[in-house]
Amino acid sequence: MTEPAGDFACALPSPPGHGDPAEANPYQDTEVIRRVLHTARTIAIVGLSPNELRASNFVGFYLRRHGYTVIPVNPREQTILGVKSYPSLADVPGPIDVVDVFRAPDAVPGIAREAIAAGAKALWLQYNVISPEGARVAADAGLDVVMDRCMKVEHARHLGRMHWLGFNTGRVTSRRETAL
Amino acid sequence: MTSDAAKEPGQAAAARQAGFETRAIHAGQRPDPYTGARAVPIFQTTSYVFEDTATAAAYFNLQEYGNTYSRIMNPTVAVFEERVASLEGGAGAVAFASGLAAQSAALFTILQPGDHVVSSSALYGGTVTQLNHLSRKLGFELTFIDPDDLDAWRGAVRGNTKVFFAETIGNPGGNVLDIEAVAKIAHEHQLPLMIDSTFATPYLCRPIEWGADIVTHSATKFIGGHGTSIGGVTVEAGTFDWSNGRFPVVADPSPAYHGLAFHETFGVYGYLMKLRAESLRDLGGAMSPFNAFLFLQGLETLPLRMQRHVDNALAIARYLETRPEVTGVRHPGLPASKYRPLVSKYLPRGAGSIFAFDLSGGREAGIRFIEALSLWSHLANVGDAKSLVIHPASTTHRQLDEDALAAAGIGPGTIRLSVGLETVEDLVADLDAGLCAAGAAA
Repeated sequence: MTEPAGDFACALPSPPGHGDPAEANPYQDTEVIRRVLHTARTIAIVGLSPNELRASNFVGFYLRRHGYTVIPVNPREQTILGVKSYPSLADVPGPIDVVDVFRAPDAVPGIAREAIAAGAKALWLQYNVISPEGARVAADAGLDVVMDRCMKVEHARHLGRMHWLGFNTGRVTSRRETAL
Repeated sequence: MTSDAAKEPGQAAAARQAGFETRAIHAGQRPDPYTGARAVPIFQTTSYVFEDTATAAAYFNLQEYGNTYSRIMNPTVAVFEERVASLEGGAGAVAFASGLAAQSAALFTILQPGDHVVSSSALYGGTVTQLNHLSRKLGFELTFIDPDDLDAWRGAVRGNTKVFFAETIGNPGGNVLDIEAVAKIAHEHQLPLMIDSTFATPYLCRPIEWGADIVTHSATKFIGGHGTSIGGVTVEAGTFDWSNGRFPVVADPSPAYHGLAFHETFGVYGYLMKLRAESLRDLGGAMSPFNAFLFLQGLETLPLRMQRHVDNALAIARYLETRPEVTGVRHPGLPASKYRPLVSKYLPRGAGSIFAFDLSGGREAGIRFIEALSLWSHLANVGDAKSLVIHPASTTHRQLDEDALAAAGIGPGTIRLSVGLETVEDLVADLDAGLCAAGAAA
């Protein structure tokens, strides 16, 4: 993966009922999103569901297909997507680059502290996982933070094939890309 | 990985929002990674070789963005779709074989038998016919209302209402919709507002910025601008809450995809995924790659063309106002129009280039007028580079009875113009010949 030069941006839609995230939410910086997607190798997904029809399962499946090591964190399961699931971030052996969260917002501050303790470099909060407190805890500890964005969608927007299905990636570029 | 790319000149542009003209030329395209082709290649293929069986399965399960079959997606068509979505400010778009296919698929995605649609009565005749016919064949209820009457929108809502529908600029009466007000009423009732914005194009008005949820176009018109290709496109804002309880057909688990709940799983992109993966797949009205290529050529110059269209149209409307044979010029941008405040708000660059006027001599004067023209083309289309003229009562709106004609604002002597890009003095000279013929026997 070669990181493309910066694009011209376009306005992007936000999920229902969230107002204008660019005003209210400082954790959607394109440079941060790109940096996380380009540097991450290992992604722990907190709240990953074993149900193939759930959004978290789509995201985990997709990220693994695109070369990331996905570590499920879900105390109710033994294995998800064919790999071992851990009860908590503290139980995960080895380094974690990104903690990607599919949990209720009030669980996020605690997850942020666990992410810091685990040495994670980034905290990523999915659509509707909105916790300014949790984001602040992680940011204060020096982690990159993304909030109310989907990691699959952002990967597909910046590195993947989202444009193949007519979605608005918000990207404008004259640069020739490497073949996917 | 990180690195040197960050120091290249392009990086300075990262924080910049690309302008409308830039997006009209670039949005949706990444120069082809294999060939470097600068123009958008025409991928004239029905199908695509899968990398392996696991990848094929991921495509069919919608777990990965991939090409399977050109009835459902195509790389050339996808550039067109993203470009229109970018210009309208939507989450994405799905292209169709025609504007009416785009409308019917957009509605098919929302409706099921027993549902109810509230629609403006000031519509393209083909759309009125489509809605009437579909409602009878597919078993949904339909209420046409005066789009200028906000209380009529409010009063028409029922428990089974699923969508409001209108045109940005009504055809051919020139009604300008108060989009923000109608969107507010729709949203108060947890309903989406769907707008056909063919006459405005995103250069003149972007309904999503005023609260609309779904925007459709006949790309056949100004988007192409060349009159060579039939096509349509549906854009969705991505912000409507389809899981609000009123839309089980969108939100509930889909039997066609093993129980997948499109809106819950795909969020912002849920409606668009369903529109493509179910409605386009099943109704089958796909845009051809070659037509998408031609529409992309049109979009590159959309801003320049539209400005000339609206400038020429306003000049001609003013000229017609001076003629004794003409009783009314229904161009919403004229100072006398009751829609002038709405034009200032929603269409500040110009009120389109399609408008109607009435001849005092009625039906016979209309026929003499059209037969005396030699530059304006008498045909059933609008939005071409060439100037077009038609007599709606005998052609496009012929299927409507007198009440429906009146509801659409059409009289026996109504002439509709679609003002093109020719030298405006030439257009006026030809109209002069027509008006002299129309007035001669009056």
